[in-house]
Order: sequence, then structure tokens, then C-alpha cells
Amino acid sequence: MGEKKDLNKIQFFYLTEIIRGICITSVHFFKNFALHILHLFGVAKDKKAMVTYQYPEEKREITRRARTRHRIMKREDGSPRCVACMMCETVCPARCIYIVAKEVESPEIEKAPEIFEIDTAKCIYCGYCVEACPEDAIRMDTFILDTASYKRDSMLLTLEDLLNHSNEEDLYEINYMKK
Amino acid sequence: MSEIIPILIKIAFLFTCFMSLAAFLTWMERKQSALMQDRIGANRADILGFRAIGLFHIIADSLKMFFKEDFVPKRGHKFLHTFAPFISAFCAMAVFAVIPFGNVLKIGKHIYKLQLVDTNVALLLLLAFLSYGIYGVFFAGISSHNKYGLLGGLRGSAQMLSYEIIMGISIVGMIMISGSLSLRDIVVSQNRLLFGFLPAWGIFLQPLAFIIFLTAGMAETKRTPFDLPEGESEIIGYFIEYSSMKFGLFFLTDFIEVVVVSALVTVFFFGGWEIPYLTSHGFLFPWGWKIAISPIIVTILQVIAFWFKVFFFCWLQLAIRWTLPRFRYDQLMGMTWKMLLPLAIFNVLITGLLILIL
Repeated sequence: MGEKKDLNKIQFFYLTEIIRGICITSVHFFKNFALHILHLFGVAKDKKAMVTYQYPEEKREITRRARTRHRIMKREDGSPRCVACMMCETVCPARCIYIVAKEVESPEIEKAPEIFEIDTAKCIYCGYCVEACPEDAIRMDTFILDTASYKRDSMLLTLEDLLNHSNEEDLYEINYMKK
Repeated sequence: MSEIIPILIKIAFLFTCFMSLAAFLTWMERKQSALMQDRIGANRADILGFRAIGLFHIIADSLKMFFKEDFVPKRGHKFLHTFAPFISAFCAMAVFAVIPFGNVLKIGKHIYKLQLVDTNVALLLLLAFLSYGIYGVFFAGISSHNKYGLLGGLRGSAQMLSYEIIMGISIVGMIMISGSLSLRDIVVSQNRLLFGFLPAWGIFLQPLAFIIFLTAGMAETKRTPFDLPEGESEIIGYFIEYSSMKFGLFFLTDFIEVVVVSALVTVFFFGGWEIPYLTSHGFLFPWGWKIAISPIIVTILQVIAFWFKVFFFCWLQLAIRWTLPRFRYDQLMGMTWKMLLPLAIFNVLITGLLILIL
């Protein structure tokens, strides 16, 4: 706790400080009021009358490194890059990943996921799974942020949901900034 | 019969004016606070995609209130619990009976006073009704069978009682100057010029009384910075067990009281319906200019001026409400009894002395 300062003689009368406070808030009020009216007539649109964003219509910029909903990258033939090594399931601190592996008849890879589920209701978006993945299969860069839902079941992402994304490197423009 | 109809018309006019102003204030409070804080404010309620800068929120809010469950606590007092919001709202509305909202209206031979009742005890009536408002708060607190409700009710009655006293004393100066308890006479007494150019409004004659009265009036409305009875962040206050339109009445009462206090400040300190330099035949400026206006338009201008002043003080009260934080309870009581009461009495003494000398 800081030192308690004594009020000086003008501040002691409280009233002057009240008037000063009202002046500050009123300046904001009249400035924004005037700007809103100018905006109605289409003038001075570049000067914003508020600092907030009207979210669903208007999105603020987020950093490209932001961790958002997961996706699993695909090979050229459309199968998942994942080799079911269980690295991500092991490292996941929230234990939201569930993998069941299956064998595949291919000279390069031994396994592939049969079931790959991420429960986004449990996920804490830490990004450890992305760092742990040796195949660069799982990524968190879909830029889908609105994952809210009325049911817990519908927050469970299956392998299909995870693959159901474009294989592009950069999804920022495609998924986030679209109107 | 011919006497009743004008009175009914006046009641309808007054009721429409202050009720719609109070409803409008619920919207204005959201928008004004938003603009002060660089936000947009409520703007989502729409009818067929038409938003009207959020004005439909008034309708949406009242509809929501009507469809909520009307709850009475099991061990509460059912009658008092239902009765309390009605006392609160009634006492706030009844004050409008004595407030003059315009001068006289001449139609043919008839002369109508633009005021419901012009009694010579108007001021006592007004203070009495404002005091009765305490019963609403107190009954609500005591009938809810809830600790927080009771605490809010007690705080509310203590606060309103204290501020009632300084409210009464602060107007005494204006009564001494005008020599009447009738609000109409008080307004008419302000219709002259000081030093030939300054309108003799209460604010210039009684600046100290204005500040004290406004403070007491804001304390009467029980809103921030004096919202200890409601204290939304800790005790919720006397209406903690209220829901549905019963809560809505309390909510609306706050805003009606804001309008009431604005109207009283206008009447006592800002010349009521008076417009500076406007006589019954047009403008007459002290530097010699004249603009002739027919009396009926003068009357209309005066009514508009009255409601404009009321609206300005509503704005000011909302601005104060969104600027200042809440008082602590001991600060609140200390301010009334140790600071404002002596100042109000001092003001009365000084006024008496000046009237004696001049």
C-alpha cells in the first residue's frame, strides 16, 4: 500500500475535483457523440468513435502465431500424415487426445490412426501436441475461434473434422478474415 | 364537467412526458455511459433488421420484465412485499402534481394554469411525498426475509432520512426570497433581471443552496455515488428478493426520481419555464432589441424550455453517476451531518441577513 497523501487546499473541497472528473468524462462523451453524428453523414469515417470491436461483424487482427482450432495435415493421396506414434497423446497435459492406431500396408509407414479424437472442451490450447509431432501432422492454425457449443458432444473433434480443412499453409485469410 | 376535462388533459400530458422521459433514460443511461467510456452501448435489439440505435431495448427490457416469474419469498410478508414497489413508484410520481411545467395558457376567455394543482403548500406536499418514498424502500427490505434486503432497507431509510433534512433546509433560502411556498410563485419570483441583464434565477441568488440541493436530490434517487442501499456489488440491496415487474417498478422509480429531481432543480434554481428576456409578448433584450411573438407561441416555447432544462439536468445526473465512485457509508453520513447540514443552515442565515440589509 502506498503512502496516503494529504489533500491540498483546493482538493479538500471535493467539489472542484468532481467538476474536473465530470469535465474528463464529458469531453469523451461530446467527442464521441460528435463523431457518431459525423459518421451518420459519412464524414470522418477514419476517426473511430470507440475502441471496441463489433465482434461478429468486425474482427480485430490477431497474431499469425495464435493457437486456434486444430487440424491434421494430409498427404498427397489425402490420407492423414499422422503415423499414430502417440507423442501428442502422451504430452497432452489436458489429456484431451485419444488415438487408436491401425496397421497399414505401406513400405514407408507402419501405422496410421484409426480413431483420432480431440475433445476441444478439455483442450487448453497449449500447443504441446504441435511441438511434439515428429511428422508435422497436427497443427493449430485454422484460425477458427468460435468453438462454443450447446452440447459437450459437439465439441468433440473426430478424425474427419480434423481432416476437413484445406491443406494450405496459411489459413488466416481464408478462415478468419472472411466476411 | 368543464373543469374536469382540462385537468384530465393536463394529467395525460404530464404522465406521457415524464414517463416517456423516464423510459428514455433507461436507454440513455446505457448509451451515455458507453460514449463516456469509448464504447458503443446497447444496439442489438432489432425489429425486422431495423435497429434504431438501440431504442428497441426499452421495449425488449420491459417485455422481458413482464414475462419473468413473479417471486415472493416463502417466509416473507406477502402483502408488504407486493405493496412496497407501488408505494415507491406512487410517491415519486405524485410529486409531479405540484410541479408547474408552463405559465398560463389563454384560449379565448379561458385561462388555464399549466400545472395540476396550484396550492400554497405545494412545497410541503412535495417534501412529504419524497419522504414517503422511504416506506417503499423500508417495506421492501423488511418484507423480503433476507439479511441483505434488510441491510439495504436500513441503509436506504437512514440515507434518505438524512438527506431529506438538508433538502428541506436548502430550499428555505429560495422560500425567503420568493416569500411563498407555492412553486408557481417561486418560479414567477425568478422572472426579473438582476443588474439589468442577469436573470434572477435561483442559481445566481443561491449558488450554495443549488449544490446542496442537487447533492441531496441525487442521494434521494439512490443511485451511484449514493447507491449504498442498492450496493449492487456487495449487498444487492432492498430489492434483492424482487423479480419480474415488481423489480421493474423499483428500477423505473429510480429513473422517475431522476426526472423529479431534475424538475425540482429546474423550478427552484433555473427559473422553471422562464426563458431569459422572454416576456409574454416576445423577446425584450436589455440592449434594446425586440422580437414580437404571439402569446400562444410564447407559452409553447416556455413549455419546451421547461422540458429542455429538465432533460439537461437528467443528462447531468447521469454524467455524475457515471463519473464518481461510491461513497463509503461513514463518509456518506459524515458528509450530510457534518458538512452539508451546517452549510445549509449557514446559507439560510446569510440569506436572512442579506434580505434584512438590502
